[in-house]
Amino acid sequence: MSGVLAGSKLRWAALLAVTALVLVAAGIYAVGAYQRFEESRTAASSVGVTTNQPLPAGSFILFRNTASGQGYGNAATVPLAAPGGSRAVSGQECDRVYGTPDKMVCLKTNRGLVTAFEAAVLDRNWEQQRAWPVPGIPSRTRISADGSLIATTVFVSGHSYAAAGFSTATEIKLQDGTSGNLEDFALMVNGERLLTTDRNIWGVTFAPGQSDVFYATAASSGRIWLVRGSLSAKTLTAIHDNVECPSISPDGTRIAYKKNDGGALTAHWNVAVLDLATGQESVLAEKRSVDDQIEWLDNQNLLYGLADETTDGDSNIWKLGTVPGSQPSLFISHAWSPSVVR
Amino acid sequence: MYISLSDRGKRDKPGGTRTALSSEVPFRLSPVILWLGIVSMVTDVSSESVTAILPLYVTGFLGLSTIAFGFIDGINQGASAIVRIAAGWAADRSGHPQRIALAGYGLSMLARIGFLLAGGFWAIAAIVTGDRIGKGIRTAPRDALISVSAQPEHLARSFGVHRMLDNIGAAAGPLIAFFVLLVIPNGFSTVFVVSLAFAVIGVAVLALVVPDIQARGLHGTEDGEGRRLFAFSWSHLKEPGLGKLLIAAGLLGLVTIGDGFIYLVLQARDSFAVQWFPLLFVGTNAVFLAFAIPLGRLADRVGKIPVFVGGHIALLATYLLAAAPFGGLWATIGCLILLGAFYAATDGVLAALASQLTPSGKLATGIASAQTVVALSRMMASAGFGVLWYAVGAPTAMLVAGGLLACAVVAVLFILRGARVAPAADLSDSNDASHEA
Repeated sequence: MSGVLAGSKLRWAALLAVTALVLVAAGIYAVGAYQRFEESRTAASSVGVTTNQPLPAGSFILFRNTASGQGYGNAATVPLAAPGGSRAVSGQECDRVYGTPDKMVCLKTNRGLVTAFEAAVLDRNWEQQRAWPVPGIPSRTRISADGSLIATTVFVSGHSYAAAGFSTATEIKLQDGTSGNLEDFALMVNGERLLTTDRNIWGVTFAPGQSDVFYATAASSGRIWLVRGSLSAKTLTAIHDNVECPSISPDGTRIAYKKNDGGALTAHWNVAVLDLATGQESVLAEKRSVDDQIEWLDNQNLLYGLADETTDGDSNIWKLGTVPGSQPSLFISHAWSPSVVR
Repeated sequence: MYISLSDRGKRDKPGGTRTALSSEVPFRLSPVILWLGIVSMVTDVSSESVTAILPLYVTGFLGLSTIAFGFIDGINQGASAIVRIAAGWAADRSGHPQRIALAGYGLSMLARIGFLLAGGFWAIAAIVTGDRIGKGIRTAPRDALISVSAQPEHLARSFGVHRMLDNIGAAAGPLIAFFVLLVIPNGFSTVFVVSLAFAVIGVAVLALVVPDIQARGLHGTEDGEGRRLFAFSWSHLKEPGLGKLLIAAGLLGLVTIGDGFIYLVLQARDSFAVQWFPLLFVGTNAVFLAFAIPLGRLADRVGKIPVFVGGHIALLATYLLAAAPFGGLWATIGCLILLGAFYAATDGVLAALASQLTPSGKLATGIASAQTVVALSRMMASAGFGVLWYAVGAPTAMLVAGGLLACAVVAVLFILRGARVAPAADLSDSNDASHEA
């Protein structure tokens, strides 16, 4: 059979040369990338930072710092009064953060040969109180105002021979450590319980002052709803169409969210606000596609992150008024995952 | 009408003498199969390294939502299944399976260059699609090359060698990618460069070392037999042996739920699996590569159909173990071993069976048909199982799937028993001697 192989020396030499060439080229690239990473990791931060600070005493914004240099990827804070000023970085790397005055939740990636993901609860001094594994890549997280409930949404990737694609896993962790997977809740649409396949739940927001009520997104068979959830009844009730990643206002009257006006594949998310009492929806003037769970700066202004167009792995937090015609303005540069802590 | 493997085996021998028992022919691995295995190994390193980190790259680094990837992946799987048959047909028709395979590997390699230039969801989606189509193109011609290069008595074992090398690459790829990210946390572009390097090596090996064997030419006969008997391209599907195999494989595929579901059941049952979720896939792969050769040898000795069906019994055991009310580390590991054994007993063995039942001139088309039937029926199974999952809950759904699988296994035994006694489709190696032409 070996005679079948066209074993001319030229071919073997060519194979050897190609193999050596690409391996050396890839090696050189990898070494260069490592050096660039080391330089950027040890370089002074590209923005003003302070380190080893506990949380500010007054109101502040908690976020993920994406400025290059030391402190990249860390949870960080700025005072609410001076969002453009120097930021305090924590030393805690988080992909997604959310906070209350005395408790923060940090979703993070533990890199390794087996890359795993976890949710950690941090105290005011950035000390880890507890942590638990989550089954995928961090996407959204929220804490109820009293700190008793923690919601996490992660992307689960079906890595298999017949990959099921990507789906989300959303859990609410209770004070006693038990947790509920929202996919196990009964999903009610138009008064009937939905029993269909490919159900996804994501983007929880807790209603202020109501320990049992939350809102979230539910999707099934290509349809997307805003659902009102009840922890005690274990139900999700659809109350509005095409609402993703709801975020309830501090006064509990309105919900800000992203609304897809493209197709399932050509998603373009507008920023919209829904009045819960009247059911009236208003789409705001942001032209760019916003893929984030929006945060309320106050009862009139929204915050959200947008990927930086010039630098991969960088992003900025923008501010947008809910008054029709308001234009977005840059709120915190090189930042992601805003959480307003009052 | 002799189209079983024993014919080809006989024609291989210049004197026309035939071997009575497979065990009497010493196994000699064809260098073609070894090199094809190496091509698959480095190509799998290339593709699995990117696949493993793509979700992290898209969501964690670029900050995009990945839900739409699910849709695209579904479309790609369908497209991949269809180009697979077309590529198999082209390989047979042109008589140049190596060139068609090269086109497939080349397309996947070109797609990897795109990762270095890409930005944004659509660019990435297009690149992933190109990669998948390349995979669809190359698989059947490559398996046809393996089939014609293998000793007929050791066909399943030869496929086992190839699948082992293939899975070494599939297991190593994610580890290499995560190692790069461990050292360089933002080193996604480094992973893409490393992936491209392995893809280039794969294409280079295929282009420079693997000969362009023509299925008919290899057998050293100027036979127009295959052409005469199978004058139009789809008629071989009506050939009794292959037709029954396609029905059997499709029936079993319809009750083969994706491993993603099995992993989700394990994960829902105990926290061990949550933490080690990424390892479930690697673990299944490791078992697959460990069992690929032993089960291939077994298939050559006791027959490919018993091993193929036995693999599905391992799958049935996986369902039952996953549905069992007890969890824990050992139950999880047991599931992975059974699942890996299922793949080892079915993946290469199916290709061996299909090539055994296909006339040499239609080899790639026959293999592609079997693989496409399996791929499409499994896609339907996953969709159907998803409905069942929400209707009755995971454990019950598993038991229902297990019950259906048990019925399918019995039905398939019945179907293939018929195929076995059909004179045109002698599947039993030990019976070869009884069919003198």
